[in-house]
Amino acid sequence: MESARVIYRKPFSLGILFIGLIVLSTLPLYVQPYLVILLSFVLMYVIITLSWAIFSGPTRYISLASAAFFGIGVYISAILGELWPLPLVIAAGGLISFILALFIGLITLRLRGMYFIIFTFGVSELIRHSILWWEAKFTGTVGRWVIVVDHTTVYFVLLIIFIITLFAAYLIKRSKFGLALRSIGEQEEAAAHIGIGVTSLKTITFAISAFFMGATGAIMATRWTYIDPAIAFSPLFSFMPVLMAIFGGVGQLYGPIFGAAIFALLEEVLITKFPYYYMLLFGIILIAAILFLPNGLVGLVDKIRKRRQ
Amino acid sequence: MRILEGENVTKYFGGLAAVHDVDFDIKQGEIVGLIGPNGAGKTTLFNLISGALPTTAGEIRYKDEKITSLKPNKICKRGIARTFQLIKLFRNMTVFENVFLASLFGISGDMPESVAREESLELLNFVGLSAASETAAKDLTLVNQKRLEVARGLATKPELMLLDELMAGLNSTEVSLAMDLVTTIRDKGITIFMIEHVMKAIMNVCDRIMVLDHGVKIAEGTPEEITTNKTVIEVYLGE
Ligand SMILES: Nc1ncnc2c1ncn2[C@@H]1O[C@H](COP(=O)(O)OP(=O)(O)OP(=O)(O)O)[C@@H](O)[C@H]1O
Ligand SMILES: [Mg+2]
Repeated sequence: MESARVIYRKPFSLGILFIGLIVLSTLPLYVQPYLVILLSFVLMYVIITLSWAIFSGPTRYISLASAAFFGIGVYISAILGELWPLPLVIAAGGLISFILALFIGLITLRLRGMYFIIFTFGVSELIRHSILWWEAKFTGTVGRWVIVVDHTTVYFVLLIIFIITLFAAYLIKRSKFGLALRSIGEQEEAAAHIGIGVTSLKTITFAISAFFMGATGAIMATRWTYIDPAIAFSPLFSFMPVLMAIFGGVGQLYGPIFGAAIFALLEEVLITKFPYYYMLLFGIILIAAILFLPNGLVGLVDKIRKRRQ
Repeated sequence: MRILEGENVTKYFGGLAAVHDVDFDIKQGEIVGLIGPNGAGKTTLFNLISGALPTTAGEIRYKDEKITSLKPNKICKRGIARTFQLIKLFRNMTVFENVFLASLFGISGDMPESVAREESLELLNFVGLSAASETAAKDLTLVNQKRLEVARGLATKPELMLLDELMAGLNSTEVSLAMDLVTTIRDKGITIFMIEHVMKAIMNVCDRIMVLDHGVKIAEGTPEEITTNKTVIEVYLGE
């Protein structure tokens, strides 16, 4: 009975995924441009949250460095946008973030718990201020113009990055390294003693998750036309993925995806409907979610499933 | 043949000499016991051998190669497995996953999943946990958690196994079963170095016993020699 259910559930969720992707990839054909822009914004948060969860979900190392990787992508795009074709710029944004994450990982991943959280936040702020200082000192102006790319292209690029991120997350999760990452979150010392190279595994996974954040930053830069360190490295890009992933739940891949999507849409609705109270309402909803959905949406779905059986 | 050897092994925690100038050696196929009062430095010595802590001084050699300063995962891959006095299982993972992971990564590192799966199931059968393979590790009873720690260690395919107070907290039936388990493991060709407070177990299964007190090795010999050793009696009665 149990195995029958599993066999049946797999093609079912694959089917939903497939239909979802078809709808998403044809969407710009039949919706208003405003919706395409809104969906790009949602996709951006979905990718950052999903890639955050690739590393922080199983290992339980709460990283607040997402803004650093996203921001580096934004800056790479601003610097190389005029020189290189778009796909190369995006790849470069991802790659530089990947390399940066390897360094940050080597320094910070020896820390645990609160220290890791604070340190990653500190590193990301340090990078923001360094760039601010560098711009003021050497270029004389703070901020830059970015080559503009049309909304539909931005949307499709984000969709492609999303699909690749999802695929990567899936492959990691079901591989032996996915299991190893979970064991690090459970009992890191024991994980090391059964032959898992915990430091290198953590560092590489951290860098992979940074790659997607950097690539996303690189394409998002083209939407803003003008960027400066305050926009590119906004601490919101570090905090939002954590909140969104908690809201969605990290046990399953769909958790961070739906958590981020619902959260981002909610934010948009609240901003337009209640421009003055939106932060307040947002806060209330967040607190309610944490109180009543301790394991996020994933936990809720699990509960409903169990009840039906 | 010597499998493990320590020379002047020393560990300081600040000013405290937890392990001081300890020499030891363990031969292939032996069961060696490590005893001593609380805080004698037994677990610390295991932490030094398994790479959990760096040594302050001295050298540890495994099969005549220096292993001091290697990381725990490297030491595991050389062929040394351990269990923990304070149980360190992957609590929210299943019993099977705990062992499977050790089998996947352990010594070989690139074992096909199907082989690892089969070996894990065999090991669970060996320690008597087959029926619980899908249970979360945290839901096991104490004795089963200890068995799982042993199975997980064995899954890495060690030649030397460090057991830290395997019998602590078990009732007398469970202790007898655990003693059988230890001898069966040795009969598979795995050398055993075990810390134990349960004297009955130590005296019955060990070929040789080492005694630590305040970080210093104060005696070494066969179980008979140890039970009649004056210094050992003083240390144990003096408390
Ligand atoms: N990581 C550590 N940092 C500081 N001191 C430590 C550390 N680990 C152990 N110690 C100290 O070193 C001494 C030896 O401890 P150890 O755990 O090795 O003793 P033990 O012989 O295993 O004792 P028990 O029989 O109680 O398990 C103790 O005084 C302990 O407090
Ligand atoms: Mg101890």
